[in-house]
Amino acid sequence: MNATTSARTYHRLFIFFLIGPAFLILFAVVLYPFLYNIVVSFSNMSLRHIRDWSIVGPLQYVKVFTEESQPDFYVIFFKTIVWTVVNVLFHVVIGVFLALILNQKEIRGRWLFRTLLILPWAVPQYIVALTWRGMFNFEYGSINLLITQYLGLSAVEWLKSPTEAFIACIITNVWLGFPFMMIIALGALQSIPHELYEAAEIDGASWWHKLRHITLPMIRPVMIPAITLGTVWTFNNLNIVWLVSNAGEPSDNTHILVSFVYKAAFNLYRFGYAAALSMVIFVILLVFSLLFMRRTRATEAAA
Amino acid sequence: MKAKTIRLTASYLVLIIFCVIAVYPILQVVTISLRPADRLLSTSLEIIPENASLSAYVQLFTERPFLRWMINSLLVSLVVTVTGVSLASTAGYAFSRFSFAGKKAGLLSLLTTQMFPATMLMLPLYILLIKLGLINTYIGVIIIYSATALPFTIWTMKGYYDTIPYSLEEAARIDGCNQFHAFYRIILPLAAPALVITALFSFMTAWAEYVVAAQILQDSDLWTLPLGLKSFESNMTTEWGLYGAASLMVAVPVIALFLALSRYLVSGLTLGSVKG
Repeated sequence: MNATTSARTYHRLFIFFLIGPAFLILFAVVLYPFLYNIVVSFSNMSLRHIRDWSIVGPLQYVKVFTEESQPDFYVIFFKTIVWTVVNVLFHVVIGVFLALILNQKEIRGRWLFRTLLILPWAVPQYIVALTWRGMFNFEYGSINLLITQYLGLSAVEWLKSPTEAFIACIITNVWLGFPFMMIIALGALQSIPHELYEAAEIDGASWWHKLRHITLPMIRPVMIPAITLGTVWTFNNLNIVWLVSNAGEPSDNTHILVSFVYKAAFNLYRFGYAAALSMVIFVILLVFSLLFMRRTRATEAAA
Repeated sequence: MKAKTIRLTASYLVLIIFCVIAVYPILQVVTISLRPADRLLSTSLEIIPENASLSAYVQLFTERPFLRWMINSLLVSLVVTVTGVSLASTAGYAFSRFSFAGKKAGLLSLLTTQMFPATMLMLPLYILLIKLGLINTYIGVIIIYSATALPFTIWTMKGYYDTIPYSLEEAARIDGCNQFHAFYRIILPLAAPALVITALFSFMTAWAEYVVAAQILQDSDLWTLPLGLKSFESNMTTEWGLYGAASLMVAVPVIALFLALSRYLVSGLTLGSVKG
């Protein structure tokens, strides 16, 4: 009896020793600031009230949803959804497509292709952003030079008009994001047992049937968590929008929610407002993730 | 057999097109770094510019404290890598192997940390670090960087441990290993691909981070590479040659690491599930 109790204590201590340090550091760096942020979101903290701030109730949340700024919350929220859906869609489609091609045994030099294709992922994001910003330059940027010299089209004002600037940000982010999905898909493809395809070939299944009924369902369980994470990361990716559009240019028309938060907090010093908007973003992503994972799990159970 | 030839030709074509798209922007940086100082703005599309010169690289090491920034970055990144690997490999193991109260909540809360805009954590952290006297020290940035990659790396480690059969530890325990030895001697070496991924991600977070470093490391002797790079463009005009050369010097070690470890990337990135 005594021996089992001490073994159980030892077991508990062992688990604590394994998990404790990681969670201690996460509490300090994530949980504490998060709770602090909740307090700030109910306060009037701003440049004028940097030390003498006080709790003002849900005022900042009301401002988030009703303030008549140019652009307002709903426009930016809509843009953020477009930004996230378009990016993740391209990441997944390009990633899975390239993985399917790379996974064919007959292709020679697969190692070389795979190596070159992951390069965009390896370059630090701020370098990516500033390099693409240079490439989108009207006069000297290589994108305009390429489309005028080789495609015979007229040069595009990439960074000076709202729609084009937004497209420029999306192009940049699609470029840097597809390798992650490609690698995840490649790992998933390699774990599919070969016998499944052999059996399907005996039954005379076409290429399309094998893709539709073996490959895609088999990589699905691996892609779902990657897509969830990818969506959350893209929704919250400040670097690309902020650096490619140079802080939302032209005139704050190129913002997604996180870059708007960043501007409110660190350029305009509206800390209370920024904190409230951050909480709204958090709730949006939490609800999305829970619904998405529940839905995909439900369909998995049904299948 | 003709269909197969068409399929393979199309495959090569697609791969080559995407490789060009993947590599071209990186070549752009090479081009900028090689341009002679008097022709930085150019409408030429050549990869190797006319009168290519390495003067930007020389300037970087002789006239700017580039070496200093590099050593600082290396120091910070290596400490973060060691911390990150130790914390993620142990926590991931517990999540994979044991059942305990709050396990599912713990895993979900790791995922939840990714949903809050990270930049908003900066203000409270900044105030906290001032109170602790950790502004202008590496301890502050190291702790923050170690925590940043942790949720993802713990998930990766957990997912990989899940693929290693539990019978291995049981056998080791029968042979007289205690729990820690079974983990340390038997399972950890088998998890090498995931450990490599964890190390790579931890290193990358620290090596390429700007926003946190800009708030905490205000003393220019302590600057890491991203801060140094940013200083080339904060003056009236961007020093594009220096910027290009420095960007390349920052990107090359990371690219080299990625390429050296690319075979682990495919096998080591197993995102686990919440259940179990």
